[in-house]
Amino acid sequence: MTAKISYDDVEAGTELPAQTFPVTRATLVRYAGASGDFNPIHWNEKFAKEVGLPDVIAHGMFTMAEAVRVVTDWTGDPGAVVEYGVRFTKPVVVPNDDEGAVIEVSAKVAAKLDDQARTVRVDLTATSAGQKVLGMSRAVVRLA
Amino acid sequence: MALDQSFVGRSYPATAPYEVGREKIREFAEAIGDPAPAYTDAEAARALGHPDVIAPPTFVFSITFRAAGQVVEDPQLGLDYSRVVHGDQKFVYTRPVRAGDRLTVTSTIEAIKSMAGNDILDIRGEVHDEAGEHVVTAFTKLVARAAGQEG
Repeated sequence: MTAKISYDDVEAGTELPAQTFPVTRATLVRYAGASGDFNPIHWNEKFAKEVGLPDVIAHGMFTMAEAVRVVTDWTGDPGAVVEYGVRFTKPVVVPNDDEGAVIEVSAKVAAKLDDQARTVRVDLTATSAGQKVLGMSRAVVRLA
Repeated sequence: MALDQSFVGRSYPATAPYEVGREKIREFAEAIGDPAPAYTDAEAARALGHPDVIAPPTFVFSITFRAAGQVVEDPQLGLDYSRVVHGDQKFVYTRPVRAGDRLTVTSTIEAIKSMAGNDILDIRGEVHDEAGEHVVTAFTKLVARAAGQEG
């Protein structure tokens, strides 16, 4: 494991570069195929509305996958992630237009956990259309 | 109807091995739009200290969730899957999943709670490789909404 960020160079409060991730219906169809999650709420508007959703929504696991890219791009080694958890608080609603939706992710180092293991806790914030879509979103990362 | 508390602690038999293919990892990385070379280029992965291409952190969910089907579909437990939403998800890694891994999952019911008519089920999926070494544990919280509740 070779993170490019050194434990000694970060402190509680260090911000990671924020990123935005676009999501369209095509993105969701592709994710459904790659992940094997073919729940129709992620691609069938009629079905989604019948079960009380405003429209087709993104897979929660897709949002979880995008959010951690802020961490893995920062460390340079995705294998540096030793723990990652989220709560799915609000769905990412994906309209059937050219724009789709956008997931905005920011993150900062919340605490340095272990000087020996060189691990830090990173807290993530993910929003879409002004709504927080992930809660308790935290990763533990081993730095260089 | 509240779920039977006596199922807490119950473990299900380990799944048949799932072989992680490098093209499956590539497909998943492309689906999440992530161009990190460690997912597709073995040389780049080796430069980071991994023996082969690794999978993105959430890739393993496809495997653990399929395994959790043993719990979700256990007729004795009687969960109404049509009312289930994914509440929380957490992974604790010993090492990243990589191409060539043959992974088995052992699912255990960690907790059953009932809150405001909702059934809350915590499932732990322990993932091991062919040598029996721990790779990752997936913690999945499923919420079965009370009947008649929308959204």
